[in-house]
Amino acid sequence: MADVLLQASGLTKRFGGLAAVDNVSIDLMRDHIHAVIGPNGAGKSTLTNLLSGDLPPTSGRVVIGKQDVTGWAPERIARQGLGRSYQKTNIFLPFSVWDNVFLAAQSRDPQQPWNPLRWLRPAARSAGARQRCSAAIEMAGLQERRDAIAATISHGEQRQLEIAMTLATEPQVLLLDEPLAGMGVAEAERMVALLLRIKKDHAILLVEHDMDAVFTLADSLTVMVNGQVIASGTPDAVRGDATVQAAYLGEEH
Amino acid sequence: MSAAKSNLERLPRGVQVALWLGLLALVAFPFVGTEFYTQMVTRMMILAIFAMSLDLLQGVTGMVSLGHAAYFGLAGYVLAFVMPQSEAISLWWSLPLAVLASGLAALVIGFFVVRTHGIYFIMVTMAFAQMVFFLFFDNRALGGSDGLYIYFKPTVALGSVTLLDLDNKVTLYYVTLVLLLAVYVFLRRLLWSPFGRALAGIRVNEHRMRAMGFGTFGYKLSAFALAGALAGLAGYLWGVNTGYINPELMGFHMSAHAIMMVILGGMGNFAGAIVGAFTFEYVLHLFKDLPYVGQVHLGKHWQLWMGSFIVLVVMFAPRGVLGIVQAVTSWRKTEPRNDG
Repeated sequence: MADVLLQASGLTKRFGGLAAVDNVSIDLMRDHIHAVIGPNGAGKSTLTNLLSGDLPPTSGRVVIGKQDVTGWAPERIARQGLGRSYQKTNIFLPFSVWDNVFLAAQSRDPQQPWNPLRWLRPAARSAGARQRCSAAIEMAGLQERRDAIAATISHGEQRQLEIAMTLATEPQVLLLDEPLAGMGVAEAERMVALLLRIKKDHAILLVEHDMDAVFTLADSLTVMVNGQVIASGTPDAVRGDATVQAAYLGEEH
Repeated sequence: MSAAKSNLERLPRGVQVALWLGLLALVAFPFVGTEFYTQMVTRMMILAIFAMSLDLLQGVTGMVSLGHAAYFGLAGYVLAFVMPQSEAISLWWSLPLAVLASGLAALVIGFFVVRTHGIYFIMVTMAFAQMVFFLFFDNRALGGSDGLYIYFKPTVALGSVTLLDLDNKVTLYYVTLVLLLAVYVFLRRLLWSPFGRALAGIRVNEHRMRAMGFGTFGYKLSAFALAGALAGLAGYLWGVNTGYINPELMGFHMSAHAIMMVILGGMGNFAGAIVGAFTFEYVLHLFKDLPYVGQVHLGKHWQLWMGSFIVLVVMFAPRGVLGIVQAVTSWRKTEPRNDG
């Protein structure tokens, strides 16, 4: 049976009286894409932020591998093997594609900002970071754009860059927040193909609005409405679920 | 100060040539300048070291400190405290001690201030610097508002052989020049090191840096302490050059001037900070020398002219003097401009 790389149980986040995420449990397994869908304001992004450490949960637990990471800072959780991409493109706009991904790759070298030896050696000298960087760029299909400034590449390419940066940190668990947001048909197809490529060896949580992509990619689904899970299971089971159709799918299809 | 702005990190050929010419001019200057001007250029070089130390925070990391003079002045005070009235002490231990004291103060203060961002960072750095300022200003034991004399120049000796006589203005000039170059080369290397790349990443997008696994607090604190230590190097030299030290050197104006120097020259590459310090001091000298027109002494109102000058530079040359040098030296090439 597939091994569980991330296990979230009973996650709750309250903002004042409002429970943005209410008692949500999710297991992410290797070689497996788990999609989270739901209308706007369902709590999908908050859930992602709870898993990545951007927000501390009000209650509940997050375990990566065997390590309980509940309440950890985002950088510690990232080094524990979790990588995330953002709904709103979140890259280093003035830097080249290569420098964007290289910075991500560099995060897996020993950090030690207080160590003077790390102040004098050129960063580009790190063979490990170079190797991780070019592997991630190749995987994301950005070889030809590696010297372009990130601010000048197309929206679709920026979304690919998001993924490349996430991959360069060599995570085991990937949280992808709407990787297809704002993409044209051709760009979306390319991204779906990319996600299928990186599915191998990763446990992926996919938050996505594009239902075609979700049903193409997902091995399992969670449907959220108002912070709560209203259905969970295989895509076929969820598609047939009457509550889901009433609450969500019916509105858009 | 928008976060996502590109710095002129890689120096174009034209700028490099201009810098080499500037270096030649600095090497040759004591042969042509009078003692007065030699001492003035020494002061400019000291301020250039100070401005570079601030650029590490302001230009590279995107942390605008309005209290950087505290670490500059502190090292000067350390020199004044350890220098007895009867004989000179050695530079070999007094310089590291002063630099270490400034670095340590920056480490302690940085521990609190680097948690804040943007306008709050500006305010908190200023608040701490004002605390340090008034600590010295209000305490007789620490020299009070008059400051302290530094009765001797530190000795630079090996055993009983005196290597350098810092009482000699020209010797001090060249010592300062060598240290200026050393700090510049060190910071340029640092800019391309893993540490420097991470600091640049923090300037552009700290949130993403954390999401990728960088403990940005440690980076910012290390940068803050290092910048404080380098400011201390400049402050020590200032004390040696002028022979006395007073609270003004830690004051608000000193900090603000350093910010203006960095902006004036062009941020984020250290060469700009040097150029900015020289330009600032030179223009200041010009404005203070302005004559009387009727009853109005124009030179007395130098701050007005200086302010207007800075505003004009920022409006028409957002990348500072270095940006102008770049534009002038590459005017034939029809490169598309990518200003942020």
